[in-house]
Amino acid sequence: MTTEAPPKLFGEPVRRVEDARLITGSAKYLDDLKLPGMAHVAILRSPYAHARITSIDTAKAAAHPGVIAVFTGEDFEHLPALPCAWQAGGVENFVNTPRALEIDRVTFTGAGVAAVVAESKYAAEDALELIEVGWEPLDVLVDAEQAAAEGALQLHENAPGNIVMDWTCGDEQATADALGEAEVVVEERVVNQRLIPTPMEGRGAAAEFEPATGRYTVWMSSQDPHIMRLLMTAFVFGIPETKMRCVALHVGGGFGTKIFLYPEYVLMAALAEKVGRPVKWVETRRENYAATTHGRDHTTYLEIGAKRDGTITALRAKTYANLGGVLSTIAPGIPTTLYGRMLSGAYRIPNIHCRVLGVYTNTGMVDAYRGAGRPEATYLVERAVDLLARELELDPVAIRRKNFIPPEDFPYDPGILRGLHYDTGDYGKALDRALEIVDYEGFRSEQEEARGQGRHLGIGFSTYVEICGAAPSAWIGTVGEGWGASMWESATVRVHLTGKAVVTIGTQPQGQGHETTASQIVASELGIPIEDVTVELGDTQGAPFGYGTYASRSAAVGAVAVYKSLQRIKQKARRVAAHMLEADVEDVEFEGGRAFVKGSPETGKTIQEIAGAAALAYDLPEGEEPFLDDTTYYDPPNCTFPFGTHVAVVEVDGETGEIALKRYVAVDDVGVVINPMIVDGQVHGGIAQGIAQALWEHGIYDENGQLATSSLMDYAVPKTGFFPPFEIDRTETPTDVNPLGVKGAGETGTIASTPAVVNAVVDALAPLGIRHLEMPLTPERVWRAMHGAKG
Amino acid sequence: MHVAITVNGGLREADVEPRTLLVDFLREHLGLTGTKVACDTSQCGSCTVHLDGKAVKSCTVLAVQAEGATITTIEGLAANGALHAVQEAFHEHHALQCGFCTPGMIMTTVDLLGRNPDPSDEEIRHGLEGNLCRCTGYHNIVRAVHEAAEAVR
Repeated sequence: MTTEAPPKLFGEPVRRVEDARLITGSAKYLDDLKLPGMAHVAILRSPYAHARITSIDTAKAAAHPGVIAVFTGEDFEHLPALPCAWQAGGVENFVNTPRALEIDRVTFTGAGVAAVVAESKYAAEDALELIEVGWEPLDVLVDAEQAAAEGALQLHENAPGNIVMDWTCGDEQATADALGEAEVVVEERVVNQRLIPTPMEGRGAAAEFEPATGRYTVWMSSQDPHIMRLLMTAFVFGIPETKMRCVALHVGGGFGTKIFLYPEYVLMAALAEKVGRPVKWVETRRENYAATTHGRDHTTYLEIGAKRDGTITALRAKTYANLGGVLSTIAPGIPTTLYGRMLSGAYRIPNIHCRVLGVYTNTGMVDAYRGAGRPEATYLVERAVDLLARELELDPVAIRRKNFIPPEDFPYDPGILRGLHYDTGDYGKALDRALEIVDYEGFRSEQEEARGQGRHLGIGFSTYVEICGAAPSAWIGTVGEGWGASMWESATVRVHLTGKAVVTIGTQPQGQGHETTASQIVASELGIPIEDVTVELGDTQGAPFGYGTYASRSAAVGAVAVYKSLQRIKQKARRVAAHMLEADVEDVEFEGGRAFVKGSPETGKTIQEIAGAAALAYDLPEGEEPFLDDTTYYDPPNCTFPFGTHVAVVEVDGETGEIALKRYVAVDDVGVVINPMIVDGQVHGGIAQGIAQALWEHGIYDENGQLATSSLMDYAVPKTGFFPPFEIDRTETPTDVNPLGVKGAGETGTIASTPAVVNAVVDALAPLGIRHLEMPLTPERVWRAMHGAKG
Repeated sequence: MHVAITVNGGLREADVEPRTLLVDFLREHLGLTGTKVACDTSQCGSCTVHLDGKAVKSCTVLAVQAEGATITTIEGLAANGALHAVQEAFHEHHALQCGFCTPGMIMTTVDLLGRNPDPSDEEIRHGLEGNLCRCTGYHNIVRAVHEAAEAVR
């Protein structure tokens, strides 16, 4: 029997299999979950940034119609504070983490102190207002530098000087020497402002408890349900992982915020047990802003040293990383491993030293936000290179090209990655393509002409490199460079009797289209129609284990696990087919959905026939087990390092300080691309978030620790009209780390775009003597700089 | 209070608290969870439905205000099993990622194209400014709206 195999789908812009649910409203997210007998939970949160709780009276709330019970922190005193699972490597970390509900003190506005369980969410919210808390407000610190200054108020007994950790990487003495000897040194204080990630779906959790088995089921809007189960069972409840099932449904965006274990998830599991009914809590947007993690918030003292010809000789950074009132799950890991160790950027910088002070303040928790450390590193390096170019009166493109790590130097050891190497790269190629698209020479003439007319046109570059595909477990585990876990991924592929395939993966998408990309790989390798592939994810009862989706690892690690299983399935298919064809297995090959005898493709068996024979097992080769399936645990030997060039073209209005983003060009190299449509979408969304940091977004606390940007009325999430169409292209330099050649594409846009925009605005205003501006570049800030500069 | 509202072609009646929001009536009472809540302050447009043919944010309409009205939600957009041209265009042009804003974005787009069958880039970007998306950077949404406009015409 011969049938036409479907075309290979790997590398094609296959339309997403997820969409049918999403465009019709049938996809189920956390808040769409309705369990029989389910009660609703609302949480009372601290109105103060720093205060002692002297009393809580819940009697009136408990008596309110529809209220089932009211709980305070003391009801959960037996549960330990949440774990901090990724501490800064090689140094002491002074850890303070949140509890399910705080008991006697709060350290940021929005900390949960009481919970109402009620028959409806309206009743639960009504009753919140009836809880009477005795507050004793305390003095407040919001700025990391001030909190770390001598004599500052102490927020936690175990953290002298409010320091979470004092971490360094690189060679301190050599860097000091190189800066001392440098022909030119440029210094700047650079602020990477606090951002509020704002996924459209906030967080939420639901739980039920089965007394007969002592087993919890917890549903969460999560990027990593397996990790949630691990952290809750091992570190909070002290039960075996078999006593908890964690499930993520459709997740409405995460951008990092849904990696972490939050107090509310623990609280839901504990409440379900206490009230003996399923419970659900879904945060409001105000709760999302106050109590879900924020991102960035670095203040850095930067020095870059170079020769007069522009050759960079040293870079030194001292960074205050504001980590909030208590630590989120992997807070100390982000500004250390993922920031300090990426400060070489795309350049040969022989001497680098970075010191990071993680600092407690009375602000919301700060943890990974899309890019997680790499946007902060890239912003610093790309601003540093531009500042240096300005100082030396060099072209920003020329100085980048001069310092690029050349293609022949890969694998490249930047000296600060603790043994990891940049895998592959051709930085000049991506830069060339971007220059061609933007017509750099043409732009410079246009700019000169515009300047003659008193107009302020500018162009900005960002030639970034980032790290994806976390991570080799041995690198992560041995000396605390990563969180207290390994970082492999698993995949199980089963080909059923009918030839339909089911793939179970441990990664957990939030819009990235994992079902589509995994299906493409299966369909391509097995030669079956994509409709014949089903992807199961999001449930700890599915994949054996999975570390989840973040750090652009789902293709570079997760998809590779799928691919490896498929190779073994094809091997087994060959053995079974050889038996069916009465041929020697060495003479049988598998291609296009069929196994056939080499040289005579007309004699063969389809994958459907082979799967049927393997499942029925009436007549299998001697010693062969029934069924076509396989499970892979893939532990990558290295991380992957995507790169590229982003270019922004802006015009600044001299009268108003308003910035018009006229063009945005991105040339990314993410290695081999599985689905270009999906990768383009990731790049678009990332660019939008990065531009938004440069121009609009800023999570602001006032001096009392009140979040001034506490809703979408105040926090500037960009709208449709804020952007031009993006002009994007790619170069393709496969990685040699994995057999697919894929590097990862979820965060490049966010990492690259912020400095490109700021560099463009500073370029536009260079004739006024402006060399640096702090983000976000609001019209007021730009106008003041322009007029101050003129005056 | 008693309300009677025609939703996706069928008359639905219920007794609700006067303060019940239309979105809660749709989601909690009727189980039509395709309509989403994402901001509490009427900024994001995730809860957009059609009330008597016009796009409204159902988080700022009381269920009792919709008494006697005709509501269409994302679940009611496809007719006789065939997707609406806007749904098709969003799929074809990858105008959605996590999908949470998508029902509202699609309902607003249908309304926009009803008022302006051939919108320019600028008109699309202006017309969708009441709907936030955090995933797509809006690039593919704008393309999808153009495509849908052509299909509808």
